[in-house]
Amino acid sequence: MDWTLIISRAVEAGIGSEAIIYALAAIGLNVQFGYTGLLNFGQAGFLAIGAYSIAVTVATFGLPFFLGVGIGLLLAAVLALLLGIPTLRLRADYLAIVTIAAAEIVRLVVRSVALSDTFGGTDGLQAFSGSFYDMNPYPPGEYGIPPIIGFDNRSMWVLTVGWVLVAIASFILFMAMKSPWGRVLKAIREDEDAVRSLGKNVFSYKMQALVIGGVIGSMAGFIFALSRSAVQPDLYSTDLTFYAYTVLILGGAARILGPIVGSMLFWLLLILIGTGLENAVNTGTITFITVNQVGAIRLMLVGLGLILLLIYRPQGIFGDKREISLDAR
Amino acid sequence: MRRAVIAFTAFMGGLILVFLAGASTAWAEGEEVRGTLRLQGQPVQGVKITVTSDADAPVGDATTGADGTWSVPIEKAGSYKVTLDQATLPAGKALRDPNRGTLTVQVFEGNARNVLFGLVDANAPPKGQDGGGGGSSYWDRVAQLVFEGLNLGLIIALGAVGLSLIFGTTGLTNFAHGELLTIGAFLAFFFNTVLGLHLLVAAPIALVIAAAFGWGQDRFFWGQLRRRKTGLISMMIISIGLALFLRALLLFLFGGGGESYDQYVAQAGIQIGPISATPKSLIAMGIEIAVLIAVGLALTYTRLGKATRAVADNPALASSSGINVDRVIRIVWAAGTCIAALAGILLGTTQNLNFQMGQQILLLMFAGVTLGGLGTAYGALVGSLVVGMFVQVSTLWIPPEMKTIGALVVLIIVLMVRPQGILGRRERIG
Repeated sequence: MDWTLIISRAVEAGIGSEAIIYALAAIGLNVQFGYTGLLNFGQAGFLAIGAYSIAVTVATFGLPFFLGVGIGLLLAAVLALLLGIPTLRLRADYLAIVTIAAAEIVRLVVRSVALSDTFGGTDGLQAFSGSFYDMNPYPPGEYGIPPIIGFDNRSMWVLTVGWVLVAIASFILFMAMKSPWGRVLKAIREDEDAVRSLGKNVFSYKMQALVIGGVIGSMAGFIFALSRSAVQPDLYSTDLTFYAYTVLILGGAARILGPIVGSMLFWLLLILIGTGLENAVNTGTITFITVNQVGAIRLMLVGLGLILLLIYRPQGIFGDKREISLDAR
Repeated sequence: MRRAVIAFTAFMGGLILVFLAGASTAWAEGEEVRGTLRLQGQPVQGVKITVTSDADAPVGDATTGADGTWSVPIEKAGSYKVTLDQATLPAGKALRDPNRGTLTVQVFEGNARNVLFGLVDANAPPKGQDGGGGGSSYWDRVAQLVFEGLNLGLIIALGAVGLSLIFGTTGLTNFAHGELLTIGAFLAFFFNTVLGLHLLVAAPIALVIAAAFGWGQDRFFWGQLRRRKTGLISMMIISIGLALFLRALLLFLFGGGGESYDQYVAQAGIQIGPISATPKSLIAMGIEIAVLIAVGLALTYTRLGKATRAVADNPALASSSGINVDRVIRIVWAAGTCIAALAGILLGTTQNLNFQMGQQILLLMFAGVTLGGLGTAYGALVGSLVVGMFVQVSTLWIPPEMKTIGALVVLIIVLMVRPQGILGRRERIG
């Protein structure tokens, strides 16, 4: 058992690009689900829109990188509006089914053969991140704390931009949730009819939450695309959304730090278990499973973790049980 | 509660042991290109496949085995050319498109890349090029697609009836319902392929176990959560966790490749008027229609069916008029799981078994249920048939790979126009 390798991989995952992507995706869900009580099961679709906006703008049409960023943010807002109009007046599970369907539509469109000239089909798109990495201020080399943490200069640039985005999003959210606007959102979660009777336009507030969460989700998509310098349609399946929910509930919904700590811990644990098991199989410590079954075991643990969290600790690490309203209206 | 979770875990553990006894797993290691060469469901053996790098440097070659599989390990991610040596194809088999003997594929880090070569029976005349006037062949195609749509719609309906009844009686939107189909299909696969029973014997055993699994799921899991007064949204997310868990369990036990039953794999189609169909799909449709009619009659005329509808309508009132609500819900779970498993097995006779097969039609089931009206069994039936038909017939105008999109768009539009669905009542939308 190579413990240095295992711990190094786990710690790197806990602060690496995966943690950033899922933290941003979960911050978006936190606005929608944690604070407003909206069930968006299509967060993967918002990530896909962010990722593909950059990729298509740069790789397919040869336009500037920052135009792609702008288009991504705009399209995410438009998608949220489109989804919100029919469903926000209905019961919670309707929004869930519509958003999950919309995310699948996005994925099926970008992976289709008919549109592969634009979206690259199942292979996705590459060669769009050049201008992002041209801005990299880090000279080539290894950074980190050997032997545990080590990133090359490209990863360092992604991590810097990513964590700055997480910090900005969290800070804005922190200020917003302390404002009267944030209190209205939380009040909608607790009792929609009471808020309506006070003369607030509940539909409009819900729509704002949906749009803000979706836009933050598209930022997660930017990091997803840039950190891998490639987009692939099947990475944006509904499982991504459900992992983001696991991250959010693990950290604690309706808490600013919930998604961040949840994401770091989720990836630390997932990679610790995954790499540990792989290592144990390779060195012959565990003989009854193969290396490739380790992936399935990891997935099983995510599912089991989600079930047990919701049964025994729905408030996660930081949350307040009284504040988590996990009930349909 | 803790006792219940332990019991549930033990139950699942037992299932794992049953599977582990004979499950075979064929897993790829690290980065590689691989594939399975099949013609009409039958593996093709002894075909040489060569992999070269983009710059034509040789990487490796492989010959397809008795099960039609081949794989070539590669050292790093990148772009590769995969060539099928057409001279080594057995007599009577040919590439569907002789110009596509060499495919260029991207392999990503840590991924095994599947490469598919389409084969045709060289002796059979190529399809779709027979004569006939443009008008009549168009209507032939419409008839064929309506038939296929009915076929798909009936499978969706079998899944959706259970989904809808469970929603109606407990309020749970069960995201793990797709996995119930997959479990049914793989239970039958286990008894059929691993233990060697004929599918006609294996399927009923699988159905009984599936019904027991459904009963146990409510007895030891969902029922306990209801008693704890767990919120409906919590239960919905718990069902997602359960879906992730069950799907990964099936991946763990049976691997990520496609499997098929020992019997009824390849059947020659027969021509009925404008429609060409395999006998197995006709029999499957017969079974599906019979089961759906039986469910409909049972709901309308039997005491249990009436009790189920009463519980779906108003659990408190049903309880106070002497109906044992928990018992009704448990039977609904058992029956719903059993019917879903049947759908999975019948789906498995026409396509490859895959750990994602249920998840792939879960959204179509939701579409059917929503279209018909959440919580109504008859609505789910009608909605599913419409969805299945729509998915298949829409391929007249849109590429087949996009047919699911059409159904999902319709789902969203229905929610905008008539959120209670075709047969639903307005009060249900809350």
